[in-house]
Amino acid sequence: MADTLKAPTTTHAQTDFQKDVFILKQLVSRDFKRKYRRSVLGVVWSVLNPLLMMIVMAIVFSTIFAQGRNGSVSPEMYPLYLIVGNVTFAVMSDSTSQALVSIIENASLLKKVKVHRFVFPVQKVLFSLVNFGFSLVAVAIVMLWFHVLPTWHLIWLPLGLLLLMLFCAGLGLLLSSLTVFFRDVMHLWSVVITAWTYFTPIFWTDDFIKMMHPALQMCMYGNPMYNYLNFMRQIFLWQTNPEPITIALCAGWALVMLALGYFVFHKLEHKFILYI
Amino acid sequence: MADTALASSDYAIEVNDVSMVFNMASESLTNLKEYFIKIMHHELFFKEFRALKHISFKVGRGEVVGLVGTNGSGKSTMLKIIAGVLEPSEGTCTVRGNIAPLIELGAGFDPELTARENIYLNGSLLGYTKTFIDDHLQDIIDFAELENFMDMPLKNFSSGMVARIAFAIATITEPDILIVDETLSVGDVFFQEKCERRIQHFIESGDVTVLFVSHSIEQVKRICQRAVWIEKGDLRMDGPVDEVCEAYQRQFD
Repeated sequence: MADTLKAPTTTHAQTDFQKDVFILKQLVSRDFKRKYRRSVLGVVWSVLNPLLMMIVMAIVFSTIFAQGRNGSVSPEMYPLYLIVGNVTFAVMSDSTSQALVSIIENASLLKKVKVHRFVFPVQKVLFSLVNFGFSLVAVAIVMLWFHVLPTWHLIWLPLGLLLLMLFCAGLGLLLSSLTVFFRDVMHLWSVVITAWTYFTPIFWTDDFIKMMHPALQMCMYGNPMYNYLNFMRQIFLWQTNPEPITIALCAGWALVMLALGYFVFHKLEHKFILYI
Repeated sequence: MADTALASSDYAIEVNDVSMVFNMASESLTNLKEYFIKIMHHELFFKEFRALKHISFKVGRGEVVGLVGTNGSGKSTMLKIIAGVLEPSEGTCTVRGNIAPLIELGAGFDPELTARENIYLNGSLLGYTKTFIDDHLQDIIDFAELENFMDMPLKNFSSGMVARIAFAIATITEPDILIVDETLSVGDVFFQEKCERRIQHFIESGDVTVLFVSHSIEQVKRICQRAVWIEKGDLRMDGPVDEVCEAYQRQFD
């Protein structure tokens, strides 16, 4: 008798939080194994990919669009400017496109086991951190190549990443719940990501943006991703503390998006099961 | 001793006036075009289907209850509501204790991962702690009798082998509530018997509440003490297993 009374305390997670953390760990490790197992170059690709992308972009944008020729970003700094912007933006684009389908992909599971539904989109956002980790190796290689030594300003990196994660989690929650009801969101989102790529200063430099139409400038500097890119560039490239206004905007957008995502997800999640 | 301590919550499952309404139109509506067409035709939200109508019953701790009913009568919907996967449109369903759902064994397994990895993944979803799985991994493997296949990806397993592992994980600890939905029909005869023995063992312990769904009336009679008959969403009968099963079978005559 005493044994059965004690049983639940030892076998099962004590709190929902404990259970969710274990599930998140397991799901992240599943994704990791699925992506990298039995692929010799798996991890290498994760480092090579941002490097190769950077090289292509550097060639295209410095020659055709004359980015990084003068003014705000020097030619030597332009590749670093590109790669830092690119890998930061990739965290958002990867995690949201993955989170988008996370609920419908786990339909069979959600129909049978009682589990907090938010763990699926959130897990995808956490997993994108793994990829970002590998991308950092690529960034380090570029810094080494151009003799840019990292400074202590990198201690800001965890905060920047945390805020970016929160922003992505909010967006992921929002998109994953909308996708349950309208599968079109899947197709739309890839278009949105492409547009977003062009309307964020990933490859455009400040002096070039200043020549753009005021409305375009608004798009470039007003969009939330600009702040996260700016944050990262300040600590990696300009090697300064992030400006207070940048931190404030990053935090502000993160909270707004998280609140919106949570609200929509929470409102809709009860109906998921009827549509998946 | 334990019984007096738990006197205030003697019921493991309380189903209180539960109704479940499905929106027929919503089933297939997953893109914007269809959505707007339906809105234009004023067809949206009109076709309702009541899968369960004002169902109420209570299951005491340690009771073994069979759910019977013809196909499509709402048994699975009822089980899903009890398992906490589906939320009832009306009414409430209170469940006290942890549930081991043996519904479609193998849900949440990943074919790319090895059996061992899947045990951890599935265990986490069932709410086990990591240390608990670490300690009982060997028990699970032993019960499933798949010692030599633990590091093989699950995609190479037969469905019977997957079911073995799934059953072993879900029942490695004595749950408070065990939900068995036609699961005993998977696997070979020997394993079926082994599963039934384990369920029987839970039943004999007197602490595990069992909800049992099967189309085999014989099996329901053998395992359960009480039966609930749901037909076309209505609660037709609730009582001792022999009476209910007899009435259930008589409808076909």
